[in-house]
Amino acid sequence: MELAYTAEEEEFRAGLRAWLAEVLPALPPRPDPLDWPARRAYDMGWQRRLYDAGYAGLNWPKDAGGQDVTPTQQLIFLEETEAAGAPYVGAGFVGLLHAGPTIAAEGSPEQRARWLPPILRGEQVWCQGFSEPDAGSDLAALRTRAVRDGDSYVVSGSKIWTSHAEVADWCELLVRTDPEAPRHAGISWLALPMDAPGVTVRPLRTLAGSREFAEVFLDEVRVPVANRVGAENDGWRVTMVTLSFERGTAFVGEVVACRRTLRLLAGRAKENGRWDDPVLRRRLGRLHAEFTALWRLIQWNVSEAAHARRRGGSGVPGPGGSVFKLRYSHARQELYDAAADVLGPGALDLDEEWTRERLSSLSYTIAAGTSQIQHNIVAERLLGLPKGR
Amino acid sequence: MDFRLSDDQEALRRGMRELLAARFGPEALRAAVDGAETAGAEAAGGVAGEGTAGERAPGARTAGGGGPCRGVVDRRLWRELGEAGFFALRVPEAAGGVGLGLPEAVLVFEEAGRALLPGPLVATHLAATHRGGDGAEAVPGAAEGRAVVTALEPDGAPLVEHWADADAVLVPEGEGVGVAAPGVVRALPVRAVDPLTPLHWVSGGRPAAVAACGAGAGVLCREAALLTAAQQLGSAWRTLELAVGHARTREQFGRPVGAFQAVQHLCAGMLVRAETARAAVYAAAVTGDEAETCAAKLLADEAAGANARDCLQVHGGMGFTWEAEVHLHLKRAWLRGSQWRTAVAAEEQLAEALLSPRL
Repeated sequence: MELAYTAEEEEFRAGLRAWLAEVLPALPPRPDPLDWPARRAYDMGWQRRLYDAGYAGLNWPKDAGGQDVTPTQQLIFLEETEAAGAPYVGAGFVGLLHAGPTIAAEGSPEQRARWLPPILRGEQVWCQGFSEPDAGSDLAALRTRAVRDGDSYVVSGSKIWTSHAEVADWCELLVRTDPEAPRHAGISWLALPMDAPGVTVRPLRTLAGSREFAEVFLDEVRVPVANRVGAENDGWRVTMVTLSFERGTAFVGEVVACRRTLRLLAGRAKENGRWDDPVLRRRLGRLHAEFTALWRLIQWNVSEAAHARRRGGSGVPGPGGSVFKLRYSHARQELYDAAADVLGPGALDLDEEWTRERLSSLSYTIAAGTSQIQHNIVAERLLGLPKGR
Repeated sequence: MDFRLSDDQEALRRGMRELLAARFGPEALRAAVDGAETAGAEAAGGVAGEGTAGERAPGARTAGGGGPCRGVVDRRLWRELGEAGFFALRVPEAAGGVGLGLPEAVLVFEEAGRALLPGPLVATHLAATHRGGDGAEAVPGAAEGRAVVTALEPDGAPLVEHWADADAVLVPEGEGVGVAAPGVVRALPVRAVDPLTPLHWVSGGRPAAVAACGAGAGVLCREAALLTAAQQLGSAWRTLELAVGHARTREQFGRPVGAFQAVQHLCAGMLVRAETARAAVYAAAVTGDEAETCAAKLLADEAAGANARDCLQVHGGMGFTWEAEVHLHLKRAWLRGSQWRTAVAAEEQLAEALLSPRL
């Protein structure tokens, strides 16, 4: 039970801080959040800086061009970059956290050489083609069909909730290659070039008004068989190798930001008189406890991951990430509901940042596995209850 | 950074779990509850004096008007806990103690909470830990489990636990903490909701201190809150375990009830509460921070109370019976929630801490 960081970890932190202090003032101004090409350019520019400084692919293995740092160093990186106000991974998310690690783990040497370096250098954007209109929580129900034709697959179907589709170069695509096989056994993982003929992207507008994701329609798109990672019909396993990344340390920066927001909320309430309301005060006090505990829960999970990695494991957080995600997604919604209470009439003004955050917080109990699915995972995989129905 | 338990800490926890399983398992718990019930009925019927099971504190006190006020502390078990180092855990080795710290104390209190061990564990541990300025024991015999020590809270309700069993009482006054003899003030017995935690209503002012405890009131209250939270955490794990065990074996509609998502989600929610509270409690043990201790108490109180309720729900009709263990956890959770920082106090303190500049 030790929360102090080792000398080596503190050295990593000091080096990172020094670099951030040098590089952040020179960054260009943040782009308009509705201007996707500008966002892509900004996020890729940041990734290039990380690459040049040796901070790209921190959690990737060395032989894939990564840094292979410890989970604790990853935690420090995410904490410090957020605290310093550095950009987030943004449009690089899928490449760096999903598709890249999948290719690193399961790709052939040629595939690794072809796709990994451009991800690390901030040259190519990946998006994710997993969910379908009829395959959400039940991902294995996916129906997008890939039919072998010589050296190519001919792919038809549609994907949904695809973030960054409008500016992506590649899509990690799950397709059904054997409709006769049991549903988990007939799926393959393909790298789809987004400029291939037959690919149509239709942006979806979120309830927050922004275009955060899109539908992707595939009409007889030809994808070379060489773009398949892993064996034919082995795509489910290939995907699951890295899927839990999203529930691991992905929220570290956000928790740091939420703790800062909570202090700002208290300050604002003190200014505008809302602080005199004991109900509001107690609500903020409870959120203080909540986010304190969430930060410690991250440190707990990272310690577990580091321990597993030292014993030869992958260092990828297991289903324990579901516990964190359940609690955090709910707490984030509570935080911005409390913000609305502090803002009063301002809660109806979209020019207030906290109002926009309140709207986008509604996705947290749905994206990356709904809270209901997370409860199922916890019950079956952590508590060993019988498979549900 | 490695937040996990060290091998030594794991061994300490395992040792305490084994000790309690042998000396205060579910059957002993049941017997203690039955014993307290019988004693209560006899006292209410006008039979005063000797205890019914195990050794009792000499001269169980009655004050004010009638009602049960008999002790429930098993002195033999108390001494065994003393011999195992439960009370002297943080006393330096040079002074005959075990020489460990708050993280280790939290682990053994978590086990005590899991087993629903009765008695004023927190006050006795703190009396043993904090010696007077001259190095003298604040309450002689506390470290060895020969003395039973309870405590009054500075601003809390004037309810004090295990008054009839106590040889001494800690009395926080201003910045300091005094040690007084119980029985010198008027204390009226209460028909306590938790059958294993007798309560008295102290109505005649605070007893005058005859000795000093080495800790300041602030330290005492913070550590008491943390160790109480640790017991809540242990209780939350135990009710989760009971609920999952029941859900796996109880069948309805031809399958275990734990195969139904409605039941699964209750159980999953219990694990989320326990894991969140654990992170908060262990962190507060490591940092000793005031705000983190408030967070630990608040979240552990929530975990213990809500998990006991969900456990009760998962048990269906059985959950509402005296026979099932779960009501004992719920009642103890309510009691501990009222001790050493209520939710209101913790939330107000945490809110105030948001306004102070970060260190």
